[in-house]
Amino acid sequence: VSTVTPTAERVGSDFRVTRSQRNVAWTGAVALIVVVVLARFPYIFYAGTTTILVQAFIVLTLASMWNLMAGYAGLVSVGQQAFVGLGAYFVLVLALHGTDPFAALPVATIGCGVAALPLWWLVSRLRSGYFAIATWVLAATVMLIIERFSSIGGGTGMPLPGFAGFNPTLLTAYTYWAALAVTVAALAAVYLLLRSRLGLVLTAIRDDEVAARSSGARVGLVRLLVFVVAGAGCGAAGAVLAISSLQVQPSAVFSVQWTAEMAFATIIGGLGTIEGPIIGTAVYMVLQQTLASYNAWYLIIFGLVAIIVALVARRGLWGLVDERLHLRLFPVGYYLRSNGSAKPRRRGGATEKAR
Amino acid sequence: MAWVNAIIQGVLTGGLYALFACGLSLMFGVMKVVNLAHGDLAVVAGYVAIGVITITHIPVLWSFVIVVPVMAALGYALQRTIIQSALDRSVLTTLIVTFGLSIVIENGLLQFFSANTRGIGIGLGLVTDSFNLGSQIQIAYLLVVIFAVAVAVLLGLQYFLSRSKYGRLIRAVADDKEAAQLAGADYRHVFGIAAALAFGTVALSGIAYGMYSQLSPTTGTDTILLFAFAAVVIGGLGSLWGTLLGGVVLGVAQQVGAQINIADEVLAGYIVFLAVLVLRPQGLTSRRAQP
Repeated sequence: VSTVTPTAERVGSDFRVTRSQRNVAWTGAVALIVVVVLARFPYIFYAGTTTILVQAFIVLTLASMWNLMAGYAGLVSVGQQAFVGLGAYFVLVLALHGTDPFAALPVATIGCGVAALPLWWLVSRLRSGYFAIATWVLAATVMLIIERFSSIGGGTGMPLPGFAGFNPTLLTAYTYWAALAVTVAALAAVYLLLRSRLGLVLTAIRDDEVAARSSGARVGLVRLLVFVVAGAGCGAAGAVLAISSLQVQPSAVFSVQWTAEMAFATIIGGLGTIEGPIIGTAVYMVLQQTLASYNAWYLIIFGLVAIIVALVARRGLWGLVDERLHLRLFPVGYYLRSNGSAKPRRRGGATEKAR
Repeated sequence: MAWVNAIIQGVLTGGLYALFACGLSLMFGVMKVVNLAHGDLAVVAGYVAIGVITITHIPVLWSFVIVVPVMAALGYALQRTIIQSALDRSVLTTLIVTFGLSIVIENGLLQFFSANTRGIGIGLGLVTDSFNLGSQIQIAYLLVVIFAVAVAVLLGLQYFLSRSKYGRLIRAVADDKEAAQLAGADYRHVFGIAAALAFGTVALSGIAYGMYSQLSPTTGTDTILLFAFAAVVIGGLGSLWGTLLGGVVLGVAQQVGAQINIADEVLAGYIVFLAVLVLRPQGLTSRRAQP
């Protein structure tokens, strides 16, 4: 203790620890304005635009969850489509029993979080590549089990009931708001999680798992938590998917394409940053919209770009921005600033390590 | 009798699954690369075989003479370029790159060759003929041949790795690539050779599956990659015979499952896989813990 105290005192007198170089309240206000403007979209634009944005919100939610897993907890899952499908089916089952599909959305989210527990128990012992394929097998297994129940459409799926009373224009608007709410909640959850004590552990695991473990971080428990949160988030996205497409088809909701999209968006945008998935989703939407008439080409090009980014620019597009501007939209790390001089020292914070 | 038949058929399809698993297991064993594009590359090999047969009119069975070297060369090239470059960065990068390759190949095949299924050697005596064992058991010649090929490939690999000079080099590099490098081995080249070997078996498995069933762009992941992985996990790592046992257990589980309910064939295999994962994570044969 005696060796620590003087250092701490000195830090207290000479330096100041802050979350960000810029004022957080300012970025918070901008975020609020962006959300309010996005929420006004159904009044301004035609349904075509909001439908495209719903798709972007689904991918952004998924990418944020994948980023939390792969970027922070070191869990590369290629079976997240299991939760997308489960979320969609939770909504379908509840709607078949007379629940309003929009009211079913939060239930589906919680349901997927709970479903993540037994699935985690099955794969938690595996590491890296084996974990990846095992989650893939798990997703295939979940799909095969769900296809056995003919009452929920079996192998062909069925349309989502419960929309009889809705005006089509209102329905598109409600779907849009639901998708927006899910995305904002997902981003807020990731942000708050990373700002908490747990976030510190996660960042430590991201930077060096062995060091984190030997410093007493409960890596297994944190991984479980991340898997559950990611399961719930992907389930929410799946529920939005079911509501926006008005039908649930096993081969569509359990498609590995979802994992491809979330993984590629995260890699291209920047793994291990909150901003990365947002940038990656923007790239995805641009590619998808420009190449919409060329079938699977957008996914081929998206995949090739992801491979190139993974090999050449490991920190993704946001990494390139960050290197030049030292910008943080979501400040989760700490900066050590000298009280005397105005020049901040960047390398002091936990998130700044091992870059 | 139906159950005996299911078990015999299961054992024989197990040979095919062991053939699937060979390349995956070899790449992991030597380079510590989990190749998520494994199955899609097997489908590519199958499509190349179909192309070669259509163009050159060589007998279907001999198509492997061309396809195996082509795939081996592709394996060497891929390993020396993007896989090695991903390996130099991190394990996570290899996963992302091979996953990316898998999605790109699958959608590329879909784009250029449509979603139609294609078979190899349809109508050929070897592919369609079978012989009877007793009155109720009918065994396809093709499955017996594939099983024999799988055993031959496993024996050959085992012999090559344990006896030959180059096999020793591969094992040395797999154990400690820096130490092997110090002793004068170029580990990147050795990795390339191991990848070429793995891709050779991938080519065989693609052709075999094309003859046994039908290939389509989605076969690579739906069937080949996931079954190969299940066989590896069931059998246990590090042992080629474990791989054969894993394939056989998976095959028997599927056939017995199909006997109970025809729609549950694949599901039954996965349930056995998950049971092994939980009850015996080191696999049926291996004593070592899994990574």
